[in-house]
Amino acid sequence: MTILSGDPPRGPALIALLILIVAALALAPFLFPGAKSLNVAATILIFTVLVASYDLLIGYTGIVSFAHVMFYGVGAYGVAIALYGLGAGWGVLLLGVIAALPVSVALALAIGLFSLRVQAIFFAMVTLAVASAFNVLASQLDWLTGGEDGRSFQVPEALRPGFRLFEGRLFGVELNGRVLSYYLVFAAAALLFLALLRVVNSPFGRVLQAIRENPFRAEALGYRTVFHRTLATCLSAAVATLAGALSAIWQHYVGPDTALSFSIQLDVLVMVVIGGMGSLYGAIAGAAIFVLAQNYLQALMGGLSAAAGAAGLPLVAGLLHPDRWLLWLGLMFILAVYFAPTGIVGRLRRSPESSA
Amino acid sequence: MSAVDAGAALPRQKIDIAPAFAPLVIALIAAPLIGSSSTFITLTVAGLAMGLMLFTMASGLTLVFGLMDVLNFGHGAFISVGAYVATLVFLPLAGWSQADSLMPNLGVIALAILASAAACGALGLVFERLLVRPVYRQHLKQILVTMGGLIVAEQLLYALFGPQTIPLPLPTALRGAFVVGDAAIEKFRVLAMAIGLIVFIGEAVILNYTKLGLLIRAGVENREMVEALGYRINRLFIGVFMAGSALAGLGGVLWGLYREQVHASMGGDLMVLVFIVVIIGGLGSVGGCLIGATLVALVANYAGFLAPKFALVSNIVLMVVVLLWRPRGLYPAGGR
Repeated sequence: MTILSGDPPRGPALIALLILIVAALALAPFLFPGAKSLNVAATILIFTVLVASYDLLIGYTGIVSFAHVMFYGVGAYGVAIALYGLGAGWGVLLLGVIAALPVSVALALAIGLFSLRVQAIFFAMVTLAVASAFNVLASQLDWLTGGEDGRSFQVPEALRPGFRLFEGRLFGVELNGRVLSYYLVFAAAALLFLALLRVVNSPFGRVLQAIRENPFRAEALGYRTVFHRTLATCLSAAVATLAGALSAIWQHYVGPDTALSFSIQLDVLVMVVIGGMGSLYGAIAGAAIFVLAQNYLQALMGGLSAAAGAAGLPLVAGLLHPDRWLLWLGLMFILAVYFAPTGIVGRLRRSPESSA
Repeated sequence: MSAVDAGAALPRQKIDIAPAFAPLVIALIAAPLIGSSSTFITLTVAGLAMGLMLFTMASGLTLVFGLMDVLNFGHGAFISVGAYVATLVFLPLAGWSQADSLMPNLGVIALAILASAAACGALGLVFERLLVRPVYRQHLKQILVTMGGLIVAEQLLYALFGPQTIPLPLPTALRGAFVVGDAAIEKFRVLAMAIGLIVFIGEAVILNYTKLGLLIRAGVENREMVEALGYRINRLFIGVFMAGSALAGLGGVLWGLYREQVHASMGGDLMVLVFIVVIIGGLGSVGGCLIGATLVALVANYAGFLAPKFALVSNIVLMVVVLLWRPRGLYPAGGR
């Protein structure tokens, strides 16, 4: 239990679900060969880290940030700009990550010191404004970021699809650079997740939860709430930056739509709420369910929409059109906030206790 | 310090007047940099018009927050809905808006404004009942739920009107510009300024000279006390929420005409500016909101002319500078 920092998932249903997801992710290249399914699995991993770092803010500290994807974008762009400008290489990759981290932390520190000092609700508005300005900036600075087109770049040799670890196959799967990339992402995601689990179960994490429950009381007990809130912001920004770097390594491409857009921020918000705020395990469940739904449910919606159109119900067809996916997501999101604020994790944890 | 004299009037509350001059200072700084006086006048008028439109959209939001501590991230939905309702009014009345005389043109705009305000006010009631009411006093959930409301409203607009941008051409007589000396002043901007000023004066009169306004102001200062005196602040709040939504719809009509096009994402995009205005002005303060809106719009217009690249982040820089000067905004209301 030390590896989980003494905070196991609790609840047999939840443990079963998590084991299922983690096992499927760990064996994804062998269980679900094929470019699309591997991409879905990697996306789940990257979003798990991003959502877990967001949960540190929203679930554990109780502050809402709309700039979390901005830090993710900083990480992605850091790697992209380094690899694009200096050529493929492990050193360059590392340089990109190391350059992106202080940028993110400095931004988080600046935003935190400005807006957390006054009132926590300022933070939500200020982050929204800063994130939108940053997005515009990234799409305007053509020479640095490639503008709206973004940047495609080469990754180090060993991570390219053409690379072979050895000739021949393992369980019928070629061990090419894609599979290696996947396991790099998997290892990094697992490490970051366990590190975050350590943070929330440390004395520092307990103070954050105390601040969430009652900031005045926490302050009266002698904790500097502004300091703790700001530190939490910086920490989660740093982890989000690393998640962004992972996404750049995986996708070989970074652009405003894939790394900075507000719709990703909304996705992250939905994942954290569906999975369960205030429990890092919710990030795994939320990211897995959301990404699977996003990739496979939209096809179903397309089918239903076509059927409704054929049946002479244009309005229903419009509502079920795959592009209206966000409508149903938004409704689901509102219902989840009302009726299941603890998300999947809360539900699965509670059920055995209430029956006992 | 003299002894308290029971007969004397209460000392008047000191009003901090420095922030009120901030827009003037900005204009004075920008004037020599711009150089040409005609350009300066054009930019300033454009800025004031934009500022008053922003004020129309933002004032409801700031009052709702001041009165009930509710921060409505879905406020932008009313802006979009207002603009769409305007297109519905303009469509059957195309004859009025294409006539080359002022009265039918203004008539169609007035009708569009009334329809939008009515629709948004009604929608505000639904929004308040369904989404905001269950999460009073829970900031985190409020932000999440109202954000969800914004997404759903935006997507419903897409589903009903289609994803394309809908043109909303200006009525004929309002196209073009007055030429004063060398400076060109677009006619519609004058109208937008006039409407914005009417809204501000109306709000100021209601807030300062009616019993309703007295209750609202008292509620912003100290809600519990107003409740203890026997007034139902919840009803007051619904009224303010509906009025704020209606004003956002009005702002949406003006903005749609100003851009001459309507799109479902416009409300969400404008929310960023509206939030900056509300933060700069001080949450809960209508006067601060006016000054904040004017500042944001003037800086955006001057910066757009002087340094187009900088204009993209000028709002953020302005916000940072203002918060360094007055950490709670220019005119924070109540104890906030």
